[in-house]
Amino acid sequence: MRDLSMVCNPYNEDKVISACSIFGMMDVSGKPFSGEPVFRAMENMHDRGNGLGGGFAVYGIYPEFPDHYALHIMYTSQAARHETEQYLEPRFLVERSEEIPTRKTDGINNEPLVYRYFVLPKIPKQSEVTEEDFMVEQVLRVNAEIDGAFVFSSGKNMGVFKGVGFPEQIARYFRLEEYQGHIWTAHGRFPTNSQAWWGGAHPFCMLDWTVVHNGELSSYGANRAYLETIGYKCTMFTDTEVLTYAIDLILRREKLPPEIFARVISPPLWEEIDRMPEDERKLQTALRSVYGGLLMNGPFSIVVANGSQMIAVTDRIRLRPLTAATKDSTLYFSSEEASIRLVSLELDHVWTPMGGVPVIGKLGALPVPEQSTKRNYTTSTPVEVAR
Amino acid sequence: MKIEEHQNNNPSKPAQRKASDFKIRSNRLSEFAVQRDYDRCIKCEVCIKQCSFDVHYRDEEDDLIKHRPENCVGCHRCAVMCPTAAISITPNPAQYRAHGSWSGEHVKDINRQAETGGVVLTGSGNDKAAPVYWDRMLINASQVTNPSIDPLREPMELRTYIGAKPASVKVKDGKLASEMPPQIKIQMPILFSAISYGAISYNVQKAIAEAAEELGTLYNTGEGGLHPDFYKYKDNTIVQVASGRFGVHPDYLNAARMVEIKIGQGAKPGIGGHLAGEKVSESVSITRMIPMGTDAISPAPQHDIYSIEDLRMLIFALKEATNYRVPVSVKIAAVHNAAAIASGIVRAGADVVAIDGFRGGTGAAPKAIRDNVGLPIEFALAAVDQRLRDEGIRNQVTLISGGGIRCAADIVKAIALGADAVYIGTAALIAVGCTLCQKCYSGKCNWGIATQNPYLAKRVNSEIAKNRLVNLVQGWSHEIKEMLGGMGINSIESLKGSRSQLRGVGLTSEELDILGIRPAGM
Repeated sequence: MRDLSMVCNPYNEDKVISACSIFGMMDVSGKPFSGEPVFRAMENMHDRGNGLGGGFAVYGIYPEFPDHYALHIMYTSQAARHETEQYLEPRFLVERSEEIPTRKTDGINNEPLVYRYFVLPKIPKQSEVTEEDFMVEQVLRVNAEIDGAFVFSSGKNMGVFKGVGFPEQIARYFRLEEYQGHIWTAHGRFPTNSQAWWGGAHPFCMLDWTVVHNGELSSYGANRAYLETIGYKCTMFTDTEVLTYAIDLILRREKLPPEIFARVISPPLWEEIDRMPEDERKLQTALRSVYGGLLMNGPFSIVVANGSQMIAVTDRIRLRPLTAATKDSTLYFSSEEASIRLVSLELDHVWTPMGGVPVIGKLGALPVPEQSTKRNYTTSTPVEVAR
Repeated sequence: MKIEEHQNNNPSKPAQRKASDFKIRSNRLSEFAVQRDYDRCIKCEVCIKQCSFDVHYRDEEDDLIKHRPENCVGCHRCAVMCPTAAISITPNPAQYRAHGSWSGEHVKDINRQAETGGVVLTGSGNDKAAPVYWDRMLINASQVTNPSIDPLREPMELRTYIGAKPASVKVKDGKLASEMPPQIKIQMPILFSAISYGAISYNVQKAIAEAAEELGTLYNTGEGGLHPDFYKYKDNTIVQVASGRFGVHPDYLNAARMVEIKIGQGAKPGIGGHLAGEKVSESVSITRMIPMGTDAISPAPQHDIYSIEDLRMLIFALKEATNYRVPVSVKIAAVHNAAAIASGIVRAGADVVAIDGFRGGTGAAPKAIRDNVGLPIEFALAAVDQRLRDEGIRNQVTLISGGGIRCAADIVKAIALGADAVYIGTAALIAVGCTLCQKCYSGKCNWGIATQNPYLAKRVNSEIAKNRLVNLVQGWSHEIKEMLGGMGINSIESLKGSRSQLRGVGLTSEELDILGIRPAGM
């Protein structure tokens, strides 16, 4: 009998449905910290998941390899590992490869092999392909072409740890208390399928960008059609996969700022656009008519991060919960305020962002609550924080 | 055996029949039976006045209103107008002997052609029972995991932009830093399709133009030019450039929000058009720029387009003529290789591709062509959308589908299959009064729609007709919003190409593959 926790979408649904808890914590001064408060916060939202998926993205954990891509790869068999390593060998300079340390943990069963590789790409001399595009292509090819291999994460000085279990179990399993990072995002999953697989847990990752996502994109089919037309291959049948590609397209490839990304996936209503000053109206009309296929319609709240920023945004009519808070130089995002209060009873600010309005924390800058407590589409002025 | 005299059970009818009671043509069965309840008939002659096909007449000698059912086209104008509801029009119960191969229609058509030696003409759209695939697709709705949205309480957006889209938007200092090609804002993804002045009356075209204006959408002049009075609706006008080039001149092109090159029409792929001289009144002649009373014949091809590179030149000639101010659309009939043709049209520089299915309407077409040439729009649309996606060019063009859109659900299904918007023609004419008698080509439309006869045309009041059109499109818009809300989405672009919102019932696996949808239950 095949182990369904090792298989993506065993019932061949046209969309795998799930809902969740999300949490994000960033010290904008760039100081690394232990994930212990994050684990407690996630444990507090235990009932938002059902034990069929949990995971963490941590930034700043591999300071000894700041310029290497850290590939976290899951294997369902040693054969898949051998095949993948043979694939990587001619394409990368592999600085170090090792099994990610784990401990036997109650509630974590049928665990796959998870390895990490610190690599530098060997791009052919005559090639005009950029290093990033080369990396994306290799990641997608490993996922699509090697049976039993799946890349959890592929960024620099960061890593994704995830699997089938409650998030607090996943944290113990991967011994995450041994890591220190300046950004932690976390996810507890509630898939409505009876089975879930390790690769389908969050965070999803594409190079440095990760996303944790609570919700269901009712527009999945339209988003997928748009992205596949551009050349992305959607193989996982999850909304989060299309979100990941949207992030890759808008933030990495088009290099548009996060504020614009939020306006693409959660655009203002046409009647709001009609009331905007002319320059704003022109821009937003162009964004909606060109990127209409990336409007993420239906309930969601997400936390998106790369090494230098952490962004939270909900769908434009705010059908999923999100609370933001700050304390000193720390920024929190959570599905529930209680989890933030649990790890920091005293807060400088705590607020509920408006639907579709992004809250953005960057290294050296905390968001201002007032900028996201109303429908405000002007660029926010952050609060400077010493690094 | 004694043959008894038939008992006449209607005392108002005389027992004897005169020559004038006999059918004019005796060698074929009438299509329709006219039944008149003589107990109800008040001999007011409304039926006589209403029927342009001379079905009803007064027999002075007998002092009775009588009828010639062989003339009846089944438009039901008399039955509707009869103040005492004395008339009913039914399919003739007298039918030829049933035959699995030779239907009554075949026999009748053969007889008609044996009488005339001509082409059997018809109007409106294909009335054959080819499968309507819209009816074999079912729409999804949200339960539990994603909330449905109530359009009466929450925003629900149908606004659509017609025109080519660039691959990306450039932003600099928070401002738009890239040029957008010309876009047309429409308030719902529904446009009125090409119906020329000439094919329809002045009043009906005016009603459609005013409805488009009130609704915030577009109507299409068809190939009949733009009447001087209608330039005031230019902000809602699509002008067509068809093979006859009727009424095409610089002011015409520059009046429009969009220019459409008509290559083909779903009702009659591969052939041109023919507006009978009888319909070319003074006003039509001015609009079409042809002499009064002459036949307006559109050639089958555009004689400056014998291949795709010629199409590109015409597209850019029109863009030059309009100073790149408006999108250029290319309309084709749904034919077997529509997908490859559409791909070529996009690469030739069209901003919009319109595809017209084989159930689309026409003012006149040979019946053999209307009923046998072309493809169901559902297949053509799915194939074109998929091909453009496979080639990575779908996002840069607007896709409009038409030809057999009957209701709001058809529109939702069309958009889920990949259309940006739909053209409606027949549905609009039905809203104005059309009962699908298919005699548009005769110029004798009793409903005052497909006619230039002033006595018939004045039956349509353009303001009443406009209100009916506005009501129809608003009603459909409400229904589309309800269905979008049910799917948990609040904007029409989130439905586009979302084929997973559809499931097929009673379709073969090949049909499901072509439509790109799963069977119900999966």
